[in-house]
Amino acid sequence: MMLQLKPSSGAHVGANTSVSHIMWQVMLALMPATVFGLWCFGWPAINLFVITVLSAVFFEAWCLRLAGRIAKPILLDGSAALTGWLVAMTLPPWAPWWIGVVGSGLAIILGKQVYGGLGQNLFNPAMLARVALLISFPIEMTTWANVSPLFFSHSPGLAESWHITFSGLYTIDASTGATTLGYIKTEFSQNRLLTDILKDYSGFLNFIGWSRGSLGETSTLLLGLGGLWLIRQGIIQWQIPVSLLLTVTLLAGFFHSLDSEHYASPWLHLNSGALMCVAFFIATDYVTSPNTPTGQLVFGAGCGLLIFVIRSWGAYPEGAGFAVLLMNSATPLIDYYIHPRIYGRDRKGKPLEIPKA
Amino acid sequence: MYVLSAIVSLTLLGLFLGLLLGIAAKYLKVKSSPIVDELESLLPGSQCGQCGFPGCRPAAEALAEGKASATLCPPGGSALAEQIASLLGLELDLSAVKEPELLVARVSEATCTGCTRCFKVCPTDAIVGAPKQIHVVVADACIGCKKCIEVCPTECLQMHPVEVTLRNWRWNKPVLPVAGNVLC
Amino acid sequence: MLSFFSKPRIQGGVHAEQHKATTAALAIANNFPIPKKLYIPLQQHVGKPAEPVIKVGEKVLKGQLLAYSQGLISAPVHAPSSGIILDVNDYPAPHPSALPIRMIVLETDDKDQWLTTQIADDPFRLNPEEITLRVGAAGIVGLGGATFPTAVKLNMGRENHIDTLIINGAECEPYLSCDDRLMQERAAMIIDGVRLMLHGMSGEHAVVAIEDNKPQAFVAMQTAAAPFPQLKVMQIPTRYPMGWDRQLIRYVTGREVPVGCRSSEIGVTIHNVGTAYAVHKAIRLGQPLLSRVITVAGGAVLRPMNVEVPFGTLISELFDFCEADLGKTARIIMGGPMMGDSLPHSGLPTVKATSGILALTQNELKNSDEQACIRCASCISVCPAGLRPLDMANNIRINQLDAAVDLGLKDCISCGCCSYICPSNIPLVQYFKYASGEVAARQQAQHKSEQTKRLIDARNARMERIAQLQREEEQIRLAAKAERERLKAEQEALA
Repeated sequence: MMLQLKPSSGAHVGANTSVSHIMWQVMLALMPATVFGLWCFGWPAINLFVITVLSAVFFEAWCLRLAGRIAKPILLDGSAALTGWLVAMTLPPWAPWWIGVVGSGLAIILGKQVYGGLGQNLFNPAMLARVALLISFPIEMTTWANVSPLFFSHSPGLAESWHITFSGLYTIDASTGATTLGYIKTEFSQNRLLTDILKDYSGFLNFIGWSRGSLGETSTLLLGLGGLWLIRQGIIQWQIPVSLLLTVTLLAGFFHSLDSEHYASPWLHLNSGALMCVAFFIATDYVTSPNTPTGQLVFGAGCGLLIFVIRSWGAYPEGAGFAVLLMNSATPLIDYYIHPRIYGRDRKGKPLEIPKA
Repeated sequence: MYVLSAIVSLTLLGLFLGLLLGIAAKYLKVKSSPIVDELESLLPGSQCGQCGFPGCRPAAEALAEGKASATLCPPGGSALAEQIASLLGLELDLSAVKEPELLVARVSEATCTGCTRCFKVCPTDAIVGAPKQIHVVVADACIGCKKCIEVCPTECLQMHPVEVTLRNWRWNKPVLPVAGNVLC
Repeated sequence: MLSFFSKPRIQGGVHAEQHKATTAALAIANNFPIPKKLYIPLQQHVGKPAEPVIKVGEKVLKGQLLAYSQGLISAPVHAPSSGIILDVNDYPAPHPSALPIRMIVLETDDKDQWLTTQIADDPFRLNPEEITLRVGAAGIVGLGGATFPTAVKLNMGRENHIDTLIINGAECEPYLSCDDRLMQERAAMIIDGVRLMLHGMSGEHAVVAIEDNKPQAFVAMQTAAAPFPQLKVMQIPTRYPMGWDRQLIRYVTGREVPVGCRSSEIGVTIHNVGTAYAVHKAIRLGQPLLSRVITVAGGAVLRPMNVEVPFGTLISELFDFCEADLGKTARIIMGGPMMGDSLPHSGLPTVKATSGILALTQNELKNSDEQACIRCASCISVCPAGLRPLDMANNIRINQLDAAVDLGLKDCISCGCCSYICPSNIPLVQYFKYASGEVAARQQAQHKSEQTKRLIDARNARMERIAQLQREEEQIRLAAKAERERLKAEQEALA
């Protein structure tokens, strides 16, 4: 008649969620933008993507082995693959293979495992890798391929793609250029004005993703849709994306209305750089963002503010990575000061007063 | 010339700051706390010797010198260990310390002759009885020092683990899966 | 968003899968055969255990007092059926540990013969104090699960001016439907009990709160309450743990009970519908609390139902009656699946607190494969008490219990929402139960060491006193001896 000797406490039933379920949902949400981006940039992008994701999984397995833990169940939770995926989305699509490998290594080893693995890291691994790569390999990280979709005549074929990924480009100038934000920054240094710079700019093409940039930068539309779906699924909350995007929009709108020749419009800001990807997929990372809705609003607003400041006045054309890392470091502080009120206590934790009748 | 002025100014600065530190050290001196006394006042004071020292005062001295672990006192348990650690500013990892099983003495009624030797040595008066009467140990007051065991002529006193009842039953700490993916 | 502008009335909570439909649709079974033996614990309530007044071998009638209440907070225990007392001894308790507690074993004689009692003609002409006394004498305790003696609560209500009596018909735990059925079938008696309670605590009006997943119970109760303007029946949203008394108080009255206070201090008191029904039976029929409606359900139970069972019935007999398949049972739970405790086996008696007995299969249980915390903060958003379970559990894991207490460990109500929602299957509630127990144990140990020190000081002082006395006696003896010698020397000198 003895059924279970070990006493177990409630709840005995549970919600139908799991870590791997969450990770797969995020990957599913990334899928449209990724597939579209891979199609836009062809075989070299596919090579890089596969290499980055596989090396992320490899590094995770290696670290777990070093730590003396059983790797298989942890690999199956999908967190390493997701990290690799996100790293791949921040890289120039035609970057050489070792950029992907080094990026994954940085993300998994330095960004995650040295802290103790999943859930312990202070900084978003993908952004850490991206920023470290940008500082270490500025040329490779700012060489952006033109849009050259799969199976188009001028696009590289499979054989050529191997050469691009493993030996580098034949002719850099012919097939590459700058991103919108990078172009604006360079031209500002030539004292040109925005109306002049943006003669050929098409907001619509940027919106759907027909422009130079990393996979996570190009298609505002698909990234945004994926993010909205995640909110609908209850995987992420609306607070961070809304406050981040709203802050950038308001700041850009304000400065654009003051000086439209030197400050880009909110529409341009929203459609360029990694803003959408960061707002929905990076800043919302559970591990490195605050725990409470109010804290998340503050966090999102902080990210938005820093992104706008770095884009407008900083040395780099895009500041999403730096902004997220800086706000990651502020997350423990936000969580310390902003937390829910305990029932029957005031905000400071003292018991409430009995109201006088 | 520049070199000289730099040397002079830095030397003066050093002297001035040194003087300031000296004054501060003199006027803001913290009286060294009589740590041994404080430690001794924390310890039970039953001189039971379960720590391996001849009494609570020597144990406190050993603690103050860092020769003994904060977890040395079985009757005090982890609560006392935490107090000692916080007094000495030690990091105490109680997970590494296995809570010693608490034992209390119990009189076996069949063999007790009522000799009163045990209750004369009991440091906490946990044994009650009278000459030629069977003695009884008050379990709540027994600290498990075993002094009574040593003097009992009939070996009627034995140590028993504290009985688990619904009153002192506790939930276990959840066990982490072995070699699993849970992080500490 | 609204939370920015107004005080939220519901905080946290989860939408747990209901599993109530099968049992809620069946009438309460009254045909449960009286078991041959009843194991009646002396403590089925919060407070001091009751003290037996019967002897082994004595013949008792149904409703006869078996053990009287001891002290201010306690409740008496009555014979659930007629028969002979077999034993008063320690038997395994319906508790996760199944450690022994004192029980009265009653061998029933199948006659179910009642003790004759006096019944008041019109209880509303009785003093409120008299109502409370009778409720206390009937052994009524809170049947929602807290088992706090109802008479004590009524007294507290009378002492503090209570403007609202809330009757808790939320029944938010999944699987359980005993209150639902009770309200559907015996609404008039419950309403009568509510009126008696109002009278007993000299309260003004009462609100019966029923979750909106029980429309039939709501209609039945509303119909029964219609003639009484001081009673209101309201629907509340279905969201676990809506039945947590403090959540319900906040939802119904907008008031929040300060930490460390009783709800009566802010003019509200809350009782379960089952308790109201028991009050009705005690006052109108003179019947003490002898049985209750229990939901027997779960995937391993072939005939799940609500059944009225005398206290002391072994769970195994309930399982036989409801055809539970022990082969398929992965866990036996007393209470609901959120807050209930697992039981090691079915040889344990049902008590006043037993609202349900569940035999769950492995498929119904939450996966126990614990993974790393990903800080998703779901536990924070579902916590009805506003705690941060993940931070508390992390501190407890590294034995920083003080830090966990600072984060609000003592405000945890063990509702299980955090464990329920956790995607990493971390047994958060068990961490908190462990830590609370450990904190209590350390406090006890500290108290003991202080007491030990006091005992040792007292002993040392006594020893010193004895030594002092001995020294004084010695001195007196020496002085006397010297005196004698001096006298002797003088006499010799004279001689």
